[in-house]
Amino acid sequence: MNKFSWYEAKSVEDALQQVNSTVSEELYQHTNKATVFKSGGIDVFDWVKEGLLQPEKIVNIRNIPGLDKISYDQKKGLSIGSNVTLEEIASNPEIKNNYLALHQAVNHASTPQLRNISTLGGNIAQHNRCWYFRSVDHQCRRKGGDRCFARHSETGENENHAIIDNSSCVSVHASSISTALMAFNASVVIINSEGEKKIVSMDDFFVSPAKDIGMENILTAKELITEIILPAPSKNSRSAYIKEVARESYDWSLADVAVVVEVSGNTCRKASIVLGAAAPVPYRSLEAQQAIENKIINNDNAVAAAKAAMAIAKPLAKNGYKVPMFTSIIEQAILQTT
Amino acid sequence: MNTKKEKFPYGIPGHNLGEIEREIPIEEPPVWPVNDKLKVIGKRVTRIDALDKVTGKAKYTSDMKLPGMLYAKMLRSNVPHAVITSIDISKAKNLTGVHAIHLIENSPKEGEENTKGKYPMVKYVGQPLGGVAAESLEIAKDAIALIKVNYEEKPFVIDMEAAMEIGAPIVFDEPITQQEDGGDVGEVHDGSKGQGNVRGPSTSSFFGGPRGDLEKGFAEADVVVERTYRTQVHTHMPLETHGVVVDWKPDLMMVYTSTQNTNNVRNEMASIFNLPKSKVRVVCDFMGGGFGAKHSAGSFGPMAANLAKKSGRPVWLMLDRQEEHLAEGNRPSSKQYLKIGAKNDGTLTGIQQRSHGTAGVGLGAGVGRIAQILYSCPNFATEQYDVLTNAGPGAAWRAPGNVQGAFGLEQAIDELAEKLKMDPLSYRDHIDKSEVRKVERQRGAALFDWSRRQPAGSGKGVVKKGLGVGQSTWPRFVTLDSSVEIKIHNDGGVEVRSSVQDIGTGTKTILAQVVAEELGLQVKDIKVNIGDTFFPVGPGSGGSVVTGSITPPTRNAAFEAKKELLNLVAKKWETDAAELFISDGQVGHNTDTELKMSFKEATKLMRTSQISKTASRSDDYGGFQQPWGLAYGDLGSVQFAEVSVNTNTGFVKVDKIVAAHSCGRPLNIGQLESQINGGVIQGVSYALYENRVMDKSTGHMVNANVDQYKVPFSMEIPEIESIIVEEYSARSSTDAYGIGEPANIATAAAIANAVYNAIGVRIYEIPITPSSILKALNKVS
Repeated sequence: MNKFSWYEAKSVEDALQQVNSTVSEELYQHTNKATVFKSGGIDVFDWVKEGLLQPEKIVNIRNIPGLDKISYDQKKGLSIGSNVTLEEIASNPEIKNNYLALHQAVNHASTPQLRNISTLGGNIAQHNRCWYFRSVDHQCRRKGGDRCFARHSETGENENHAIIDNSSCVSVHASSISTALMAFNASVVIINSEGEKKIVSMDDFFVSPAKDIGMENILTAKELITEIILPAPSKNSRSAYIKEVARESYDWSLADVAVVVEVSGNTCRKASIVLGAAAPVPYRSLEAQQAIENKIINNDNAVAAAKAAMAIAKPLAKNGYKVPMFTSIIEQAILQTT
Repeated sequence: MNTKKEKFPYGIPGHNLGEIEREIPIEEPPVWPVNDKLKVIGKRVTRIDALDKVTGKAKYTSDMKLPGMLYAKMLRSNVPHAVITSIDISKAKNLTGVHAIHLIENSPKEGEENTKGKYPMVKYVGQPLGGVAAESLEIAKDAIALIKVNYEEKPFVIDMEAAMEIGAPIVFDEPITQQEDGGDVGEVHDGSKGQGNVRGPSTSSFFGGPRGDLEKGFAEADVVVERTYRTQVHTHMPLETHGVVVDWKPDLMMVYTSTQNTNNVRNEMASIFNLPKSKVRVVCDFMGGGFGAKHSAGSFGPMAANLAKKSGRPVWLMLDRQEEHLAEGNRPSSKQYLKIGAKNDGTLTGIQQRSHGTAGVGLGAGVGRIAQILYSCPNFATEQYDVLTNAGPGAAWRAPGNVQGAFGLEQAIDELAEKLKMDPLSYRDHIDKSEVRKVERQRGAALFDWSRRQPAGSGKGVVKKGLGVGQSTWPRFVTLDSSVEIKIHNDGGVEVRSSVQDIGTGTKTILAQVVAEELGLQVKDIKVNIGDTFFPVGPGSGGSVVTGSITPPTRNAAFEAKKELLNLVAKKWETDAAELFISDGQVGHNTDTELKMSFKEATKLMRTSQISKTASRSDDYGGFQQPWGLAYGDLGSVQFAEVSVNTNTGFVKVDKIVAAHSCGRPLNIGQLESQINGGVIQGVSYALYENRVMDKSTGHMVNANVDQYKVPFSMEIPEIESIIVEEYSARSSTDAYGIGEPANIATAAAIANAVYNAIGVRIYEIPITPSSILKALNKVS
């Protein structure tokens, strides 16, 4: 860990005056002159401890007032401040009652200790866990190098990696909570140093490496997430979330899925199906959505939707198991909504 | 030698307990009856340092703080195979706060020319190259980052099977002089024979070499199982990493270290620095786990000493988790071919074993003796090869070799039973001659309810249950170099001293129990001062030797000290000392109940301030199988596993393990259960989770942390029930043995057999992951 200075931000404006880089940019460019944000610090300090990120200054945004509220309104929906901890989300009864899949995803994320510290803003903006990306000894494309070590058909250790949209970087996004948020059509509220506010849907928040290898989301240096908002659920909406891991106590997702459906009777009118740990960013499966929409939610149709989702999968040498695993959990999650 | 004849309890209570007469040296203490009739031994005694440990009061090596102490960090290679052309330390040297830099250099023997170059050849990523001592760990790390090592890189090989190919990069182009790190009692593999990267084969153990005629054996067989099994590289992951604090005073080198062998570390340091053993003192009060990897001073020990010498200050050097994974030992991988033949009635006719394993740049990747000795079979041969690769060296790991060997053997026996249409448990009754494992099978099967077991793969539904069993054997090893001093002070205090360390299993507590039982006192009355080489030499904590080696001399020394004390009391009471006893802290008389004196009062009768008696381990009663300390009998176990397998997601959960074990006379039930729990948990982890993942194109381990190197947490740990079978064999004054290694041998095999029973498809490789389950079920295209 290098020596860096510490700045305690008093307000959003104050924080945005200080910062000059995102973590992604600095990991790509290695200027060693970066000033970056830290909220819970879980992700950013991992990078600093590994020596991959050597910031000049860290701006602590954790204590900025006003970013730590959860509010729910039957008509307006849900707002979660970016500094709200995962534990606060996990124990919020209104989230449990109205956004079950989100409640399930948050409860299955990380460990109780880390949920007490991690913030939602940090969680969705964290970086992928590809062990080559996180290794100081592997200069991969995300870090400005010219190789993807994980992709290699003979030597790539890619059992945890992407099976969809894996033509560029093959990492998978680390936030399993984002899988659920995207399924609920959440949006991210972002403020920039000019004081301008923009609302970006989760579908547009994440950036595929095929588009830009140096970014995992659209955030630029002078921007800060202030809240995550979710539309009010319709009366007939139901949801489910399933995550598969190697270890139940604590682990990164091998495959996770969030399903939000609007039903009339047994028929699915609208479906929102998002896969986590399938692609470099949370992946909305239009294939599965189309396959189940306007169909009765039953075993056959759930299987058909799961198969449709996996029809486009292109597994790497060591992650072929993810296809049957996803097929199974997509089917189960759809059926759990009935 | 004067001897006496004594009758000892012999056999298994509730099964075949009887008596045996043995002729033993006259000075040995009287026979202990079975545990039921003892007060402290065999009971559930809380470990004496439990509070210190759970409150954080216990001081471990990394807690040491000495005046003027510097913090050190090692410099390590970040390439897998290279010649070092130069190392530039100029920037590091000038960093404020840096006090000493030491680089590891080739040192030819006196009179010999150095033909190897200045620095040793780099053979794996993480190889120690040097170290820095500075005023803080942060400065030391900064200094390491400022050192520039220039390499001339060479081709390397990581994958074992690639290393076996003709034309593979050669890891050692010079003869290997090192020997396998087998802990206290591992076999020594010969590194001098072999070709390319392959060394061996080893074809014999201390149980002998090949027997019978394999060809004839397989010709007689009606049924044959022939399979290849694979196991992964498994690192040790002790919670406390390796490390040392060296305080090199003018006339004494003080070494505080996390070690399972204080005596060996002392000897190594004395030899490396050409000091008399008397001028090196090694201390280890508390230890946070070793599992076989902490028998030596390593490279960090001499490094800290060199830095202490250069700086003139005490030096603290603890490794971090990454260094631990890369360079401080691992359980080697294995690829085992096994062919077993049997007649239709189940009688074994032949066992053939051929294994390859890699311990990286080390030797010792065999699969142990278990296939040779667990079942009686007239025809047997093994060939065990070591394959050298550019990876960190292996080290002894809780039952070296035998855990890998059990994974193969116990699955093959299961498969054989199925071919013979026999229940795997009753088949073992047929081929296993061990009386204690017979009892373990009976008691284990009853507690586990083995009768629930259904035919393989017959379960309905997505999540299928499976039950399996695995067995193990481990020799009873005794280290004769095991001595203890007992002091009775004239204020009533009693002290135990030995260099033997408590690896964390509760050695301190059992020593207190043995002395308390002998002296008629309570455990809290005994102060145990061990883990210090200034005290009489004790065994290393390896091979499960400690209990069997150190408790008999502990009892004997306490008995001698008691005799001396009772002589003083007898003199005062003008009676025969043979009539006196101590019970519940009181000296009493066999016939004259009026005569009573507290233990403390008795100690005031001494003319000097203390009674001090030292005793050493002698031969077992009735002798050894082999004079160096291979005792008769074994430490057998039978473990039962219940698993659930989700056939859609491949997720495996171990629901329950019933572990039936024997260790002679059990000394402390709670501590034995605790060791069994630990062994089982590591076995579950070996079967399902842990795996060193290395990139073959760069030679780096990609999961050298605790995030991606998967060890089990609370939810991965099954319900564990232990059965401890008392087995008296009348071999020493305590008749007790250890259980550390036995607890870990059979678990992975039992789980693999249970997985087969659940899904009806056998998995021949660990770790068993969702991927391997789904592949086995043909669900991965």
